[in-house]
Amino acid sequence: MSYTPHTQEDIKQMLQAIGVSNIEELFKDIPKGLRAKSFNLPHGKSEIEVTNHLKGLSEKNAANLISFVGAGFYDHFIPAALDAIVNRPEFYTAYTPYQPECSQGWLQSIYEYQTAICELTGLDVSNASLYDGGTAVYEAAMMAIRFTGRNKIIMDSGMSLIYRAMLYTYTSNLSVEFVEIPVVHGQSSREELFKHLDDKTAAVILQNPNFFGAVDDHSDVVERVHKYGALAISSVYPVSLGMLKSPGEMNFDIATGEGQSLGIPLSFGGPYLGFMAAKKELVRQMPGRIVGETVDSDGKRGFVLTLQTREQHIRREKATSNICSNEALCALRAVVFLSLLGRSGIKEMAERNYQKAEFAKEVLSKIKGVEVKRSSPTFNEFTVMLPRRADDVVYRMIDRGFACGFPLGRFYKGMDNYLLIAVTEKRTKEEICRLADSLEAVLCS
Amino acid sequence: MQLIFEKHKQGRRGFCFPGPDVPLAKPLAAKYCRSKDTHIASLSELDVVRHYTNLSRLNFSVDTNFYPLGSCTMKYNPKFTERIAAFEGFSNLHPLLPQLAGGGMLAQGSLEVLYETEKFLSEITGMSAFTMQPLAGAHGELTGVMLIAAYHKNNGSRRKYVIVPDSSHGTNPASAAIAGYQVIVIPTGKDGYMDLEQYKKHLNNDVAAVMLTCPDTLGIFNPHIKEIADMAHQVGALMYYDGANLNALLGKARPGDLGFDVVHINLHKTFGTPHGGGGPGAGPVGVSEALVDFLPIPRVVRRSDATYALEYHRHKSIGYIAPFYGNFGVILKAYAYMLCLGKDGLIEAAELAVLNANYCQVMLKDHYDLAFEKNCMHECVFSAARQAKNGVHAIDIAKYLIDKGYHPPTVYFPLIVKEALMIEPTETESKETIDAFIEVMIEIAGLAKDDPIRVKQAPLHMPIKRLDETKAAREPNLRWKP
Repeated sequence: MSYTPHTQEDIKQMLQAIGVSNIEELFKDIPKGLRAKSFNLPHGKSEIEVTNHLKGLSEKNAANLISFVGAGFYDHFIPAALDAIVNRPEFYTAYTPYQPECSQGWLQSIYEYQTAICELTGLDVSNASLYDGGTAVYEAAMMAIRFTGRNKIIMDSGMSLIYRAMLYTYTSNLSVEFVEIPVVHGQSSREELFKHLDDKTAAVILQNPNFFGAVDDHSDVVERVHKYGALAISSVYPVSLGMLKSPGEMNFDIATGEGQSLGIPLSFGGPYLGFMAAKKELVRQMPGRIVGETVDSDGKRGFVLTLQTREQHIRREKATSNICSNEALCALRAVVFLSLLGRSGIKEMAERNYQKAEFAKEVLSKIKGVEVKRSSPTFNEFTVMLPRRADDVVYRMIDRGFACGFPLGRFYKGMDNYLLIAVTEKRTKEEICRLADSLEAVLCS
Repeated sequence: MQLIFEKHKQGRRGFCFPGPDVPLAKPLAAKYCRSKDTHIASLSELDVVRHYTNLSRLNFSVDTNFYPLGSCTMKYNPKFTERIAAFEGFSNLHPLLPQLAGGGMLAQGSLEVLYETEKFLSEITGMSAFTMQPLAGAHGELTGVMLIAAYHKNNGSRRKYVIVPDSSHGTNPASAAIAGYQVIVIPTGKDGYMDLEQYKKHLNNDVAAVMLTCPDTLGIFNPHIKEIADMAHQVGALMYYDGANLNALLGKARPGDLGFDVVHINLHKTFGTPHGGGGPGAGPVGVSEALVDFLPIPRVVRRSDATYALEYHRHKSIGYIAPFYGNFGVILKAYAYMLCLGKDGLIEAAELAVLNANYCQVMLKDHYDLAFEKNCMHECVFSAARQAKNGVHAIDIAKYLIDKGYHPPTVYFPLIVKEALMIEPTETESKETIDAFIEVMIEIAGLAKDDPIRVKQAPLHMPIKRLDETKAAREPNLRWKP
């Protein structure tokens, strides 16, 4: 199957107009010796055949386990109205709104997205999106390095290992000095952090809630960071901001995060959404597209891509980032999701997550040998210590229909018996109780 | 249109959660909680649906308008791929499942899709292996340049420079710079090709890589490409292929055969996945044998028992460049597209894309100045310099096209062509559509002579007129405020 509309007659007429006798002549600039040496691909198939084949493959995935796995990527509910909107081809078959007069729908939507992200994070300005939470942290670190003219980054090891690993990769050929602060009793250690904080520090990066689920108020850290002229960067879980103190309230300079939880399916790791908001004095260091409001020649409100002199298509090697395509459709999902929930719905959703996780803690703590870690308050994810290896327990729980959590030993040395459990609004009381029963049975076996 | 925030009414809601089914726990201490509500709008479901549906209608898109935006390959996006990406077995799959002990078996379907797509792309480009992880074209470029850096470092060589032609996409020099290289720009000669004398002058063993687009951004296939690659290789530099224009070459030539060592592909351009208003895209990166060891972790491997697994223990790898395995949902659509078109369909796509572009070029070349008098590949580049003499600039032509229901070509790029108009019709457009577009382009050329003011007033039939971009930049208003 191909999607080309040309009839033989069309092709004949077009070739005639061009003045060549066959299509091959149009490729005459490719020297004979440089032609494809091989192009060994299967023959095309019909829509029915491809659909059936891929339906079959989708059924080989265990996507129907009852999931308590989070670790930064969460199984939240997605309202049907959201899909109905983002599936409109006027959104998803358009491209970057370079021509504002025929892209006002996209431009206004992005402006609304930017506003929603500013509202959630409590900061002044947001860009139009980045690829994911990890590249967003990297871009924030680079902003801080440019802004301060310094090159030392202090990061809390309570930030996802994945993001820390990405930061190391991206800066491997640059002279950036990293210091990782250990987590003590589930929280970032002020003492260790302050020991390393100095006037060479460009930024301190903290995650809230951290990878273990612990919620913190970083206001004191931020205050100290600012005394040294460094920037404070927060990597946050946006759903938690329906309840938790925002980065803006803690006086962070930049907030980043993974927006997947705002109406974006898990989809095996992408496409996701990196978001970034910052104080307004940092706007000219921001990466990526930004939409601004302006007026047309009749004085009517309209929206355009703006502050483009930061960007690669203008500044080339001097740009603040190389990003071009971002994750616009995922950003649209986020703003539609937030709008469907509304300001009370966002609070309610956060509340539900918190309540269900607290209930799960209660139920699980009654199982012999299971210790729920309570040194820090948590939002919708928490750590438990098991009497044996967590990865083995997880493996056994799969047979009982549960993805029961993320074994922390995979990312942290010496934590082989620890399990990270996430409980979203989708999990019912009954599922949580069944999780506890199954876990008890597995631990007894 | 009003902003969604201006439609807020306290008490409305567009979504309901089930009633609480667990006992109320002690609330979180106040010092951890936000003190103020957000100003997110509260509306009914219909309010939200109508707001965004009406906004969508203010956009031009491939499904509603001809969209010959050069370098972006705005071809038709087959609908069945959307349905496949929405299958719950794919869309609901948590990316950490295969990282659990024994979890590989929980994601065999998705791992197979990644593995098979990698095989297809390797064959299509003539490369040894691919990473599917890069999340967009520019992300692929950065990954590619980092792979090149790792390769040189492994050979004990620290090189300083990356060479790009002045016709390159802005992302090329930007990617090289943020990966830590200094950029050398080579001018384009009078013949439309990169100036070989200048190139030779700057090529030495401090050059890490040469980044090229092929066909280049002028829509021209450079017949000296192999020579350029050989010269780079002689000084130990690697060749980077920007795959933005791969659509022209499917089945005709392969970057691997042309001497390229690293390739990125834009799945949202060549392989029919939707552009999403500016992403999500996907920018898989392919490498020659010498660079396979440096690819990001994890790699998807096929075991002897025909199952698939993730491989993390690769000591030469550059490490993590993405949280997981790439924009899986996009990769899946591209895979479905490739399965559907198959070998013959992909070749036909390249042939008809090139036919459509040459047809545009020949029909318009008496009315606009060609950037270079050459046979074009998948896109043709004109200059509106002739029209500009009467005050009608590329931007005016773009705005008039909008009034007539056409998304404009890419304008003012490549930067080396004055008043550039870069037209890429793609293979999925019919002769009738292209003829109608050509007619409007000829009408504009006529108006530029006879009634330039008429063109400069455009657009007159859109919901808004031309916007004040200077005001937007000078007095930034980047968010609504209550």
